Amino acid sequence: MFNVQDKKTPMPEQDPEVRNSNFEEVAMGYTAEMAINEAKRCVQCRKPRCVMGCPVNIKIPAFIAKVAEGDFEAAYNIINRTNTLSAISGRVCPQETQCESRCARGIKGEPVAIGRLERFVSDWYRDNVNKMPEKVPSNGNKIAVVGSGPSGLSCASELAKRGYEVTIFEALHTPGGVLVYGIPEFRLPKVIVANEIEKLKNQGVEIMTNMVIGRVLSIDELFEMDYKAVYIASGAGLPIFLRIPGASLNEVSSANEYLTRINLMKAYRDESDTPIMSGRIVIIVGGGNVAMDAARSAKRLGASKVYVLYHRGEAEMTARLDEQLHAKEEGIIFVTRADPVEILGDADGSVCAVRCIRTLSGEPDKTGRRHPVPVPGSEFLMKADSVILCLGTTPNSLICKTTPGLEATKKGLLVVDDTGMTSRENVFAGGDAVTGSATVIMAMGAGKKAAEAIDIKLRMKQGLC
Amino acid sequence: MYKIVRKRELNSIVTYMEIEAPFVARKAKAGQFIIFRVDDKSERVPLTIAGYDRENGTVSIIFQKVGLSTKLLGAKNEGEYIQDFVGPLGNPTDIEGKKKVCVVGGGVGCAIAYPSAKAFKEIGVETDVIIGFRNRDVVILEEEFKAASDKLYLMTDDGSYGEHGFVTDKLKSLLESGEKYDEILAVGPLPMLKFVSMTTKPFGVKTIVSVAPIMVDGTGMCGSCRVTVAGEMKFACVDGPEFDGHQVDFDELIKRNSLYKDLESEKHKDHICRMQKMADELIK
Repeated sequence: MFNVQDKKTPMPEQDPEVRNSNFEEVAMGYTAEMAINEAKRCVQCRKPRCVMGCPVNIKIPAFIAKVAEGDFEAAYNIINRTNTLSAISGRVCPQETQCESRCARGIKGEPVAIGRLERFVSDWYRDNVNKMPEKVPSNGNKIAVVGSGPSGLSCASELAKRGYEVTIFEALHTPGGVLVYGIPEFRLPKVIVANEIEKLKNQGVEIMTNMVIGRVLSIDELFEMDYKAVYIASGAGLPIFLRIPGASLNEVSSANEYLTRINLMKAYRDESDTPIMSGRIVIIVGGGNVAMDAARSAKRLGASKVYVLYHRGEAEMTARLDEQLHAKEEGIIFVTRADPVEILGDADGSVCAVRCIRTLSGEPDKTGRRHPVPVPGSEFLMKADSVILCLGTTPNSLICKTTPGLEATKKGLLVVDDTGMTSRENVFAGGDAVTGSATVIMAMGAGKKAAEAIDIKLRMKQGLC
Repeated sequence: MYKIVRKRELNSIVTYMEIEAPFVARKAKAGQFIIFRVDDKSERVPLTIAGYDRENGTVSIIFQKVGLSTKLLGAKNEGEYIQDFVGPLGNPTDIEGKKKVCVVGGGVGCAIAYPSAKAFKEIGVETDVIIGFRNRDVVILEEEFKAASDKLYLMTDDGSYGEHGFVTDKLKSLLESGEKYDEILAVGPLPMLKFVSMTTKPFGVKTIVSVAPIMVDGTGMCGSCRVTVAGEMKFACVDGPEFDGHQVDFDELIKRNSLYKDLESEKHKDHICRMQKMADELIK
């Protein structure tokens, strides 16, 4: 008999008033008892719709059944078959719009906490087993992966499992891409990312940091170096700036800059040499996960007031629900249906206020999303000493510019076919470089798919299948 | 880890280093830059490439020990290693299609001006060079510049060596005497770049300046290095670092570059930039 409790088993969390001044992880994870209790809420649907909601089709009811039995290792093995980065996705996936949105238990009451269970199983495995994967004998084919974010990591792992000799080229000094420079420690501890990287190295994957492909080596040079295929997972790294007066004032930064200083460079720690602006009154512009990350980071760096300025309504915010709730608990103030029109500065070029305008919901666009329309005469001033822009990112054009014949859209997104192959033979691409800023799990899914396509393509060429 | 294969003190504050970085050395061109990190607690700091040896796989850098990170780097010795060295970043100096140019370098900026002057000279462009220093003690690369130029004008602020005056004094007198250049390339502190651009503007000579704003990643990711050029936002790391000096909003850039000064160091508080003062006076 399943557990009839109609709400999710709560996950222990750090107290908001404590955690808003430290960078430790907010959610502390289930205990074994909590996990078993929650797992028993799953009714084991015969046609599990949750699996269809998962971009990598994890066998969700199967792993949950093992959790309910208390066999966590078996549960991990089920997840790991389809998702090698579950400790990460369990933390950062927007489950409420994916697997959990389709859960039968969600019809009356709350869905099963699939994300929390995935996270529990992965953490349990890391704490209790953490068996490093073994290197599969080489099939003699070298593959280059550009970028070590979620898409690059999952592609590399899948290829290594099939015996390919994979080299990942990472532009920054630490592998992990957005997982290390973008997502804060309090949401995704970096030891977890490092553990995944360690697993890859055990699989024989070589990671070369400080390699900006497009500058230090071109895609064509990679082929000259005998790489048989290239997977471009360079992400969407170029921040979008506001085209309003004052955008170049001193304390205006992109979320990329702000979060990179904090997450990659550890500017919040005393021993780090990297400086960071710690404003007293901080205005965050945007309503996605990145906006929540920036707002909560600003609070942790000692800001007395942090506002999230968003031009749509709260219900339309794209941030995970958990992050929105956490942000509010930590004292972040949401100012919705308002857009900045000018950032005001003093003689030294320092930010002192933001002039905003109220917005209304306009006509829906092609995607059905309503575009905000400014309300004439509704301008108001907000005092601030720093502004962080979280308006999304677009792909860096470097690889495109230096790779003849590589097709991209006007927005700079790489064009790929169903298998993930670009307009260039044996050059594949996926993740944000193709989709524009999307989710970690979508990027992982694309990496996995491309790995399968690369494998088939190369084996066909060599007459092996 | 990247090995320091050679180190030489050019004067009391300026250091020359050759770093073993074969991939960077293979691709480096004049005008591009690298980002270094001394150890795993260090910041990422951009430095323009001063030279490279493709055969031996080394890249040379010349830097002034002014901030925390350059002091840390300067404290490293030959044979020791630094944590990170990434490049080449940014666009190379556009050396094509010119007959006669003037390369202007100020202080440690001369280190960056040198490879560009050399590159011009090597493809047969008539290359005049004006380099300026505070005084005799801090003169660097004089012999190298002699070899990389058709005419070399060495200036010191106090007249203790070469000619007495600023680089802009010399530049102005050359332009006034009727020297025709297809392009002026200026490398040095921001106020000097501003001053050079103001000097050349009345003569309508194309003026390219190499700017060094604050950067984090150097690959176009953070936007910290944004510069307003002709009213448009550009990133120095991917769109630059060289821009049309007559179009750069120097005042904004100078303000932006002072952003972390208070945080970084209390020591330079009493430093009043002479170049800035001069530029301000010129505006008056």
